[in-house]
Formats: sequence, structure tokens, C-alpha cells
Amino acid sequence: MEQQGKWLVAKLVAAVIAMFAFGFALVPLYDVFCEVTGINGKTNTEAYQGKVKGIDKTREIKVQFVARNNDAMPWTFKPVKKTLTVHPGESVLTHFYVKNPVAKNMVGQAIPSVSPGRAAAYFHKTACFCFERQPLDGLKDTKMPLVFVVDHDLPKDIKTITLAYTLFDVTDKQMDSAQLSAN
Amino acid sequence: MAHGPEKGIARWVLATNHKDIGILYLWFSFAMFIVGGSFAMIIRAELFQPGLQLVMPEFFNQMTTMHGLVMVFGAVMPAFVGLANYMIPVMIGAPDMALPRMNNLSFWILPFAFAVLLASLFMEGGGPNFGWTFYAPLSTTYAPPSVTYFIFGVHLMGISSIMGAINIIATIMNMRAPGMTLMKMPLFVWTWLITAFLLVAVMPVLAGAVTMMLMDIHFGTSFFSAAGGGDPVLFQHIFWFFGHPEVYIIILPAFGVISEIIPTFSRKPLFGYASMVYATAAIAFLSFIVWAHHMFTVGMPLIGELYFMWATMFIAVPTAAKVFNWITTMFKGSLTFETPMLFSIAFVFLFTLGGLTGLMLAIAPADMQYHDSYFVVAHFHYTMVAGAIFSLSASVYYWLPKWTGRMYDETMGKVHFWVAFIGFNLTFFPQHFLGLAGMPRRIPDYTTQFTDFNMMSSIGAFTYGLAQLIFLFNVIRTIYFGKKTEKEQTWESAQGLEWTLPSPLPYHTFERPPEVK
Repeated sequence: MEQQGKWLVAKLVAAVIAMFAFGFALVPLYDVFCEVTGINGKTNTEAYQGKVKGIDKTREIKVQFVARNNDAMPWTFKPVKKTLTVHPGESVLTHFYVKNPVAKNMVGQAIPSVSPGRAAAYFHKTACFCFERQPLDGLKDTKMPLVFVVDHDLPKDIKTITLAYTLFDVTDKQMDSAQLSAN
Repeated sequence: MAHGPEKGIARWVLATNHKDIGILYLWFSFAMFIVGGSFAMIIRAELFQPGLQLVMPEFFNQMTTMHGLVMVFGAVMPAFVGLANYMIPVMIGAPDMALPRMNNLSFWILPFAFAVLLASLFMEGGGPNFGWTFYAPLSTTYAPPSVTYFIFGVHLMGISSIMGAINIIATIMNMRAPGMTLMKMPLFVWTWLITAFLLVAVMPVLAGAVTMMLMDIHFGTSFFSAAGGGDPVLFQHIFWFFGHPEVYIIILPAFGVISEIIPTFSRKPLFGYASMVYATAAIAFLSFIVWAHHMFTVGMPLIGELYFMWATMFIAVPTAAKVFNWITTMFKGSLTFETPMLFSIAFVFLFTLGGLTGLMLAIAPADMQYHDSYFVVAHFHYTMVAGAIFSLSASVYYWLPKWTGRMYDETMGKVHFWVAFIGFNLTFFPQHFLGLAGMPRRIPDYTTQFTDFNMMSSIGAFTYGLAQLIFLFNVIRTIYFGKKTEKEQTWESAQGLEWTLPSPLPYHTFERPPEVK
């Protein structure tokens, strides 16, 4: 085949490789997109470091807590308090209760979601059990802490924020990574 | 003196001639069409009555999944690639495809890909049972062990399609006869050029999606698992980023075929050639920015729902331009109704119905009701079967005399058409009502009030299945016993370079490029 044709095929092959890479690039791109627009209800996955202005006593926000299990998870998982009324700027501590009913050491991972999604960017967690995997020995129970601040800039029309946690059983994954690091 | 084909099996295994490879593709796709069709027969037999009669729900799930996969990747796509291989070189005055050896490879990967995929049905735990869209976590956390074979099969098909697409682009861009400018190319060539670019753009994304699945299943990553910080909805976004262009990959070559056939039997040039080209390009572009209309119920923000709704509806504009052009081509033409024309007119009519239900589904608030119901099944079968398959039937009857040098039996062709037309509509028209009444798709049982429409639908499906056997009979009969025709112009006013060549097409054509004025 003539030179021009070879060059065209080379470009097409490059395009194929680029699109394969683009498929993988979609993973971080979606995360960035959701973070910028706050449409996925995803909250910060590491402790919030930003400064908090004083407490705005004039405004009250109702925060509801929802706890549920992913289907294979046997733990009991529920918020100690189902709702709290907080002021923007106020640092609030609350707890979630977990109990492992199985006679086996297990590891759980809670994944948070905030609704309405628009509120996610204004709901800051300064400490959360969801930042790390939570090991729990068989038949034990515990209270897991959450500290959060609602931002002053929370849109005025939002009066209630719901924070929902889904608890996953990651015992097997924990074993995998423990084995990997042991090797 | 040009040498002829090799003797025996070597002609096919070592094939580099575009016509041989086209024949291989067409027969392979027909075999897959029968396989995928028999899966559909099992589905419709089970759904003939409420309750569970013939198969277990687990097997039913495998049937719906495999029916979709085999029909999309094994029947329709290879059939159009086969047509492209056979027809594009003779339509643009080229001696062969640009990359004949790669052409051989891209075909011969396919039987292995489908052997791997179909073999998974016989493995422990059964074959893929998660729907042809293989949403995570159904296809990862909850998948049968054979899913790895499915992934490997999809990789192979993807590689085959990409090589086919590169070959087609290289052929069209470099091997046109002198004087064959882009805007003089037959529309079938144009639609395939655009389709090939779509393939190059999205098949690698599909490969990426299944690779991520593979990594989630075997290498401990969490692309689609929320427990590890991933997101199952991400899978749907990536899948439909491939999946929506994919439906146009299937239908654009069909548009091309119809744009060849309707002018011939209307004895008029195609109305609005340039607008057809631009409409095709516009549809291809829009196909990249509407993917989430398959996902209206995942909980997108309002602004997302609105954007994808409007963008989707906008596709109706270029598509309507095409339908308008086909109808205007027929308007005041001296029409005759040979079998290819019958299929083409049925295409225009039924595809437009499918487009209309597509508009209904595009309305985000209404889609909350229609989503995952039989209404969706009816919609996409009107576009995929009455669209792609009818156009394929039309193109086989249209070019068969050119390929074989023998004329098919017109009466038998018309019998095939009417059995197919009635069978198709009897199958899928009642499914609109079933869906609107709330019957969900992909479920082996239903409540008793849906019985009548389901029985009609099943009888229709068996009828449509019978039509394909008539089709097979017609083709084989033509090849061996059809009345010989040596006319270059099989059809009175067919336009295009392929009709300047003798029938049957010699093994080598256009070794010297023709003059195109």
C-alpha cells in the first residue's frame, strides 16, 4: 500500500489506542465532574481541613441519618440519633451503632451519600468512621463517631439534609490486601 | 489473465479476496442469526402462557442475554461488514480492500469469539445471564463463573470490528477510482465510512469497560463496586457511551442500503443526496452526546435529565430529514414493487414507527413509566429488526443476482416478505400495549391479563422465524437453480459502478480503475 494509506492506518490505530485509554479516563473524569457539580451526592472522603466561621444561630438545619446494609452484610447498623437539628458552622459529634452478630472477625466499610445532591458540597465531615475500614471482632458491638459541620454557604432553600450510609462487607478484600502487603 | 480462486477449503481459510471474505461474513452472520433466532424462539415459547412451562428462570435469563449479544455482535454487525466487504470495492471502483490480510484475520477471529461465547452456555453455572447490557454488579459480583469467557469473547469481537472498520476507512479514503470524489460516493459507502469512524471511536471504550469488569472480578479493583470506592452507575455511563453509538453503527449502513434501493425502483435519483450525507454525519455526532437517555431512572439531577431529553429529541431532526428524502424520492416516481423495494418501503414505514416510540421514550418523565418494560422491547425491535434486518433482506435480494448471476424467484421473494412483515408486526406490535400496561422485560412469567397479547406475540415470532427459513430456501435455490441472468443492469435503472460489471461478478474486478464522470 502506498505511503498515504499507511499513514492513515497508523493514525486510525493511534485513535483506537487513544479511545481505549479514554474509556479508562472516564473513571476519574466522572469523579471530577461529579465533584465539581456535586450531582452524585458524594461527600469528602478525607477529613475536612477548611476553616469554619462562627456559628450562625439564626439558621437551623435538620440533619437526618439513614443506615442500611449492603445485601450480604450481617451487622446491625443504625444511627444512635436519627435526626439532629444543627446550626451552620457548628461542629457536631454523633455516633452510629454497629454490632457483629457472627462469631467471626469481620471488616466493614461504610459509603456515605448526601441528598439533596446539591447539599453534598456544603456538608463537611471532620471525622468519620467512613474514612477507614472498620474491623469488628465476632459478637462485639461498638459506637462509631462522626463529626460534621454544615457550611454557612448552604443554599438557603435547603432546610433538611439526609446523610445515608450503606455498610459493605469488605472482609475478603481486607484479607486480600493484608496478604498482598505480607508478601 | 487473472488467477481464479484457490481450490477447496484453502479458498476460505486463506481468503484475501474481498468477495470471498464478504461471502464468509454473510454466511457466518446468517448462521448466528439462526442461533440468536432460536434463542428468541425459546423465549417466546416460554412466554406463550403465564407460569413456567419449558425453561427455568436462570436459563431464561441466559436466553435473553445471549439472544441480544448474538444478534447485535454476531448477526447484524458482521452482516453489514460482509456487505461492506463485498460491495464497497465494486462501488468505488477499487480492485480489493486496502488491507486484504487483515481482512482475513478480522473475519476468522469471529468464529472463535462466538465459540467462546456460546460455549459458556454449557459451563458450570451457565452462560451470561445479566442481560446484553451486562450491568455491574450483575455482571461482576453476581455473575456466573463463565463471565470471564464472555469478557474474552467480547474482546475478540471488538478487535474484529475495529480491524474491519480500519480496513473500510483505509479503502474508502485511498482506493476510490479517479473522479470518484467524496460527494459522488454511493450513500451505502458514505454511511459505512461514518459507521467505521463510530466503530473506531467506541469499540475501544467497550473493550475498556469489559477490561474493568475483568479487573474487578479477578484483580481486586473496585471500578464498579461502591464498597471499594467505585460506582456501579459508572458502568452504565461507560457502557452507554459505547452503546448508544453502537445502535447507529447498526442502523447507519441500513440507511445506506435503503438509499440505494429506493431510487432504483422509483426510477428517480435519490432526493437530497447532500442532505442525506450531512444528516448521517449529524446523527453520528449526536449519538455521542445522548447516552444517558438509557439511564433516566438511575437518579440523575434534573438538569441532566433535561439535557439528555432535549439532545435525544434533537436526533429526530436529521432522521426525519432522511425519511422525508426517501418518501420524496418515491413521490411521483414510476414505482415497481420487487422484493427489495417491498422490504425497503416496509423499512421506511416500520423504522419510522420505531423512531416515534423512541421519541416517546426520550421524554424523561414518561420514561419513568416505560423504562425496562415491553414498550422498550417493542421500540428497539422496530428499529433493529424492521430497520437493520429488513434492510439486510432487501440488500440480499437486491444484489443476489449480481453476486450469483442468477435471478431469485420473485414470487418466493414476495412470500418471504409478506410472511416476515406479518410475522414481525404480530410479534412486536402487541408488545407496545404490554409495555404500556406494565409488563416488565426479561422476566419469564407474567400475570394472566397479559396472556392474549403474549400469545399473539409468540405466534408472530414463530411466523417470523419461518420467514427466515423461506429466506434461506430462496437464497440456496437461487444459487443452484435460479434463472441465469448475464445482464449487467439487473434492475432497469440501477445506478452505480457495480451495475457496469458483468453478472455474476468476476473474481477480480476493477483491476484497472474505471473512469468516473
